[in-house]
Amino acid sequence: MSHQARDLAASRGHGKHPSMFLRMLLRAAVLRRGRAASALFAMVVAAAVATAMLNLYVDVQAKLQREFRNYGANIILIGKDGASLPASALSQVDSTLAGRGIAAPFALIVARTKDGQPIVVAGTDFDRVKQLDRWWSVSAWPAENPHFSQNQGDPSTSLRAGVGHPGLVGVRAMPLVSPKNQPFDLTFQGRTLQVTPAGTVQTGAAEDSRIYLSLADFTPWTGVQPSTIEVAASGSAAEVADVMHQLAQAIPAADVRPVRQIMEGEARVLGKTRATLLAAAALIILTAALCVLSTLMGWVFDRRRDFAIMKALGASERLLNGFFAAEAAALGATGALIGFVVGIGIAAWIGRANFHAAVVPRLGVLPIVLIGSMAVTLISAILPISLLRRVQPAVILRGE
Amino acid sequence: MFVRLVYESFRRQKRRKVLAGAAITLGVTVATAMIAVATDIGDKINRELRTIGANLVVTPQEDSLDVEIGGVNLKPPTDGAFLSEADLPKIKGIFWHNNILGFAPMLPVSAAIQSAGKSQEVSVVGTYFAKKLSYGNEEFITGVRSLYPWWKVSGAWPDDNSHDVLLGERLASRLGKEPGQDLTAGGPSQNCGKWLRVDLACEAPSLQLRVSGILSTGGAEDDEIVAPLSVAQQILGKPDALKRVYVSALTKPEDAFGRRDPKSLSGAIYDRWYCTPYPQAIALQLTEAMSHSHAEQIRQVAQNEGAVLTRIEGLIFLITLAALFASGLAVSAAMATAIFERRTEVGLMKALGAGKLAIASIFFAEAALMALIGGAIGFGVGSALAHQIGHSIFNSQISISPVLLPVILAIAVIVTFAGSALAIRRAVSLDPVFALRGEI
Repeated sequence: MSHQARDLAASRGHGKHPSMFLRMLLRAAVLRRGRAASALFAMVVAAAVATAMLNLYVDVQAKLQREFRNYGANIILIGKDGASLPASALSQVDSTLAGRGIAAPFALIVARTKDGQPIVVAGTDFDRVKQLDRWWSVSAWPAENPHFSQNQGDPSTSLRAGVGHPGLVGVRAMPLVSPKNQPFDLTFQGRTLQVTPAGTVQTGAAEDSRIYLSLADFTPWTGVQPSTIEVAASGSAAEVADVMHQLAQAIPAADVRPVRQIMEGEARVLGKTRATLLAAAALIILTAALCVLSTLMGWVFDRRRDFAIMKALGASERLLNGFFAAEAAALGATGALIGFVVGIGIAAWIGRANFHAAVVPRLGVLPIVLIGSMAVTLISAILPISLLRRVQPAVILRGE
Repeated sequence: MFVRLVYESFRRQKRRKVLAGAAITLGVTVATAMIAVATDIGDKINRELRTIGANLVVTPQEDSLDVEIGGVNLKPPTDGAFLSEADLPKIKGIFWHNNILGFAPMLPVSAAIQSAGKSQEVSVVGTYFAKKLSYGNEEFITGVRSLYPWWKVSGAWPDDNSHDVLLGERLASRLGKEPGQDLTAGGPSQNCGKWLRVDLACEAPSLQLRVSGILSTGGAEDDEIVAPLSVAQQILGKPDALKRVYVSALTKPEDAFGRRDPKSLSGAIYDRWYCTPYPQAIALQLTEAMSHSHAEQIRQVAQNEGAVLTRIEGLIFLITLAALFASGLAVSAAMATAIFERRTEVGLMKALGAGKLAIASIFFAEAALMALIGGAIGFGVGSALAHQIGHSIFNSQISISPVLLPVILAIAVIVTFAGSALAIRRAVSLDPVFALRGEI
């Protein structure tokens, strides 16, 4: 004690002594390890919870948008006035999307079965449909026709070859065209194509009464180009609107329409989820901050004897305030940094457990957490100090 | 003596008690609100997801194939089987009738519209807009207005018992019609076997319709006329007929059990399957309710909403855990501080000969009392908070059942005890001499 006092006196004699200040800060932390550790622990927990919540709040939109892309297309391109789309349309869509989504072309005609029944036959790209329309319940996807690339120039070859062309048959069309799963003939404008049912598709919608062929078989048979391209563009509402605008400019022959049903439902659910998350985050962060506040205030209050001794030895108000404030700021910063790392871990775990994808750490959250933590610790240090300031050191030292 | 000690402690140390009590109250408030939100979020989000449209469809059992491209039916509408309109109210009589949020019948027909001296074939879809139906004593209103909230109408929605119709926006610009103008529609006549032209001498009646509004949906309806069901039935010449019913139902996400074929289940297992709101189970019940029908889930909607729902529920559940953890910690911290401040008191009691047990029981009694009071207040405030969240975010009530009160109180007491235990242990093991001299 006397040693400390001599040092303090010496420091006062020689003006400000930065190393003394640091030493006091350090000794305060080391000597009262238990209390300092519990205050730091509270700070770390609060910062971790705040980081995790803010990170989730920022990231949940991207995660849920990904879930909503399972609903399939949110943009539809249709040839104007029922015309086919230009042959280059699909590659233009692909280059506009640049990996931020998936597009599938569809060509539709009405063909006749052997007994003259009309039936809708669609040509599409099965690999793309598989990714776009994940809700399709398909018993077996047809394999792409390997002969196609050689026969492309001369469509009649593949027709004459008489090979069954694999097709995906809707569950309601199946009993009509191929009750025993046998190959069947379809006629369109006098040309006949033999289709081997590769599997059935069930969706509960119009697809159930159709037959799907790969474009490689469909186009040579009918000579019809795709008239519809369904696009599932990922990203926020603004990004999707941007993609729509670009598509309309890139392919003037197409009518670009949003699938309002999906887009509006998505916006609604996302908005509500984020609002709920924000309310929860606010509640949790408030609780954590109050936890820090009560722990730290208790800690500072407990050290009223230190405060009184310093004051009795002649420390100025400024020095005392500075000392406790620096201590609090150091605690806040340390707690925030450790808490940030822990919080990122928690957010990543929640992302993995719930969305099966890691939550991307947002560094933008760090300054918010850092400033917030330091603000809370400063308040919880200054509040008891300003209460103690009015009390005579003698009263505190006598233990009253 | 014990009671008096506790009582006096509350009476004289009001400031400290209020601080610790406030921490408990806040903790319980957050916990209650989050539990309430977490238990209700599934239902709330499920209802929001229902705005994507119907998830079940009922069609005639012996229906012929749809020949439909882009919503335009290429088959004579008289073809195939029909469902009966009289069966519709029975949908509200199935086991899961409370889960049926709405339904809308559809009857697509073709009509020749007279416009600028020419006649044009357009497809007319008959449906309910907001029709009042009753089943037993229960009255309800259903139709496309609630089923398809993304349908936008400029002008007015037609009445279900009128000859008012909605004109799709692209059709309207083709025909050059505006709300308030009249349309003349003729139906196909069975006698003619062709579309009725009004100038042809067929017996089917022509109808005077009034355009009450322009409809924009972003889908096939933009090229169609949407009319009250009775109008479409008159054009077709088949009263009571309808082609399909779209049903919007709250369902439980499908799991392995839900996917099992009901025919392979027996006895109690079948009952359990039947009495779970899986899309398949509700579809089966709809099939039973409507004669000669077949109900199926619309996979695009039904399959995906389960995934979205599970994700959001999981997220809120994990966050609720975080909230419970944070509020538990806040309560512990407050209790620890409160007890640590009273070490002189402990020293005095010890110096007067109080045993460890006596001191610990006083502290625990105080903690329990505070937990009960703070817990009760927190439960009230938390319920109000949950109510407010439900009101401002979901525009509907989040109610918390009073059954939860004892559970919440028990949790509050346990958390308070756990938080105090360490501090109390330290307090009772104090050396009274040091404590009284204020050296610890």
